[in-house]
Amino acid sequence: MSSTGVKFYQVGSFAVGNRLLDPELRSAQSEQGRANSLTSGHRACQGCGEALGARYVLDAAMRAAQGRMVTVNATGCLEVFSTPYPETSWRVAWLHSLFGNAPAVATGVAAGLRATGKDDVRVVAQGGDGATVDIGFACLSGMFERNDDVLYICYDNGGYMNTGVQRSGATPPAARTTTTQAVGDEPGNVFGQGKDVPRIAVAHEIPYVATATVADLRDLEAKVDKAMGMHGARYLHVLVPCPLGWGSASKDTVKIARLATESGHFPVFEAERGEVTSVRKIRHQVPVEEYLTLQGRYKHLFSPVRRDDVIDRLQAMADRNIARYGLVEEVL
Amino acid sequence: MLQQVEGSKAVAVAVAASRPQVICAYPISPQTHIVEELSRMVKSGELRGCEYVNMESEFAAMSGVIGASAVGARSYTATASQGLLYMVEAVYNASGMGLPIVMTVANRAIGAPINIWNDHGDAMSQRDSGWIQLYATSNQEAADMHVQAFKIAEELSVPVMVCMDGFVLTHATERVDVLEQDAVDAFLPPYSPRQLLDPDDPVSIGSMVGPEAFTEVRYLAHMRQLEALDVIPRVAAEFAAQFGRDSGGLLRSYRTDGAETIVIALGSVFGTLQDVIDAERADGVSVGLLGVTSFRPFPYEATHAAVQGARRVVVIERALAVGAGGIVAGDVRIALTGTEISQRTVIAGLGGRPITTTSLREMLGRAVRDELPALTFLDLDTGVVDRELRRLHPVDRFADVLPQT
Ligand SMILES: Cc1ncc(C[n+]2csc(CCOP(=O)(O)OP(=O)(O)O)c2C)c(N)n1
Ligand code: SF4
Ligand SMILES: [Mg+2]
Repeated sequence: MSSTGVKFYQVGSFAVGNRLLDPELRSAQSEQGRANSLTSGHRACQGCGEALGARYVLDAAMRAAQGRMVTVNATGCLEVFSTPYPETSWRVAWLHSLFGNAPAVATGVAAGLRATGKDDVRVVAQGGDGATVDIGFACLSGMFERNDDVLYICYDNGGYMNTGVQRSGATPPAARTTTTQAVGDEPGNVFGQGKDVPRIAVAHEIPYVATATVADLRDLEAKVDKAMGMHGARYLHVLVPCPLGWGSASKDTVKIARLATESGHFPVFEAERGEVTSVRKIRHQVPVEEYLTLQGRYKHLFSPVRRDDVIDRLQAMADRNIARYGLVEEVL
Repeated sequence: MLQQVEGSKAVAVAVAASRPQVICAYPISPQTHIVEELSRMVKSGELRGCEYVNMESEFAAMSGVIGASAVGARSYTATASQGLLYMVEAVYNASGMGLPIVMTVANRAIGAPINIWNDHGDAMSQRDSGWIQLYATSNQEAADMHVQAFKIAEELSVPVMVCMDGFVLTHATERVDVLEQDAVDAFLPPYSPRQLLDPDDPVSIGSMVGPEAFTEVRYLAHMRQLEALDVIPRVAAEFAAQFGRDSGGLLRSYRTDGAETIVIALGSVFGTLQDVIDAERADGVSVGLLGVTSFRPFPYEATHAAVQGARRVVVIERALAVGAGGIVAGDVRIALTGTEISQRTVIAGLGGRPITTTSLREMLGRAVRDELPALTFLDLDTGVVDRELRRLHPVDRFADVLPQT
């Protein structure tokens, strides 16, 4: 494993609404007049990364759109925990249609707004990883290919959480889900390419693609802001730990997301029109194992017998990300 | 203006004159000519104020018009057969959310075996989807009914499917009074949505509803369809008053007065049947014809009234409920409740098989002599099915139920 050079970072730069910052640089969350798009009282689990991510994403998007925004939501945890009739946690104009069609609905919304002369109203669509990389993938690719004026957000918690933690095309290798259980010779999810939708999105050469996590909410907000400053199809893939599905402690959601990036397991980058334009360098590189041990879904890699063979393969995948995106600063 | 045009073109012109704001579509025969023409009209600037989106599937096409309709745009799509089945989940979703989308279904059979020709199996599969379903008897009526469909849909906030026989109508060139913009504008007011996704007044649409209110939501959808039983004929009457011809409505009666036998049918076979009825009447046979224009909602009371005095009805269906028989027949049976009228079902024209005057007259002859079985497959090749049944069942236990046509 390569090591990281010494770098000085301002302590507290992760903090929201940092008072040391100029007002215009402050977080959308720090603003008293924030949209509060996903307001309190919803039924997400404690420590839900998706709820956290969605709140930051939508408030930042609402700020950028000056409140002129419509949101389309796929079926999944985010939809179910937010709108048990007759209640709703959404303070944005919000439409849920189906599990697999959010990108296409958003396309229609954008077309409808144009046709009715409301060109100023922006469209944000969002869904879980299942909705995005699996069942809604054809619609997503179609929306990209036509370059429809939609910002699509995928909240990736690596499985079909709403239906009880089944495997999705975004479930990482070796992870236990209820349909890839920790039994047999290769416990947990199979090894393979997985479906790397951020890279597939880049291949569509759309104006903007970025990944982010709920560990760096300022970065997440900044990317939403940047995306909202552009038109055409834009894609943001956000890693959102799920305490229930990952078998992790509610208090560890942000920590686990940080370890995912600091280990290279989840690369954070931006791309514009088919080219990677920036990567978030690893600050304090950690072995993938540190990321794994906080999660019950990888427990079978450590007990009853330690599976170094599998852990090594996961490390190799992280190393590949590090090499592909240049996540580690060369020591000079 | 009277023109010699293809049915698809007449429909495209009627749709365009209805000033749709968003069209999302995906091609499938025999719907293609309609959407090709509309896409051309949008691209050339002939149809202004409209977004035409080439979607990646029918599922996406219906999803697109759901989104467009939800932000208050008048929205249209068209499909057929496999395409309709491919969009089913979204079809139900559109009606569940009460979005007044209009869709043409260029009726075509459903595979396997794959078959591009006409029957009603596609639209009939969406019988309970919550959409209003209107069946056109001619290209004139198909064109006219699209303009009416937008009015009905938007008044009730219910989506409407206009069904026209694939190829038989879509690809037939005949004389049609092509609808003109001024006249359609006078008939159809701009769309004012009942509910709207609007940043100025944000609402959540498409919430999860549990047992505490789901029945009520469904009940209200049912009531809106029943309301359509008043709205559909009223809109048809308004249309007749302005355009001077009968198109649409719930039912269409032809020479049913005093008829002993009444044939009930949907779609373009109505024209063939009119000729058959004329010929039979000329021969002194007491027959009449009832066309069902509105299949959903089904006009039970109007049907009951329309067949009063008859001794028997023969329902001709271009679709089959495998294992049951007729589909429309079930509704007719409900409509006949409390009468002594006997009912026969004839499955005809599946997968594009021509329904000929000769076969219809032969069948009617048997019907009036009370020789028609409860369920008949018109022009069935008994040699083929007989051979196959015997091959499948060497022990000849099906011999006595083989059709005797
Ligand atoms: C067509 C269809 N298939 C399956 C389902 C069941 N379903 C609802 S949500 C869901 C999983 C959602 O997973 P994801 O998109 O990753 O969102 P999460 O709940 O994990 O946030 C599934 C399988 C459905 N609603 N519709
Ligand atoms: S199951 Fe996971 S994604 Fe769903 S609400 Fe709970 S923590 Fe959030
Ligand atoms: Mg998920």
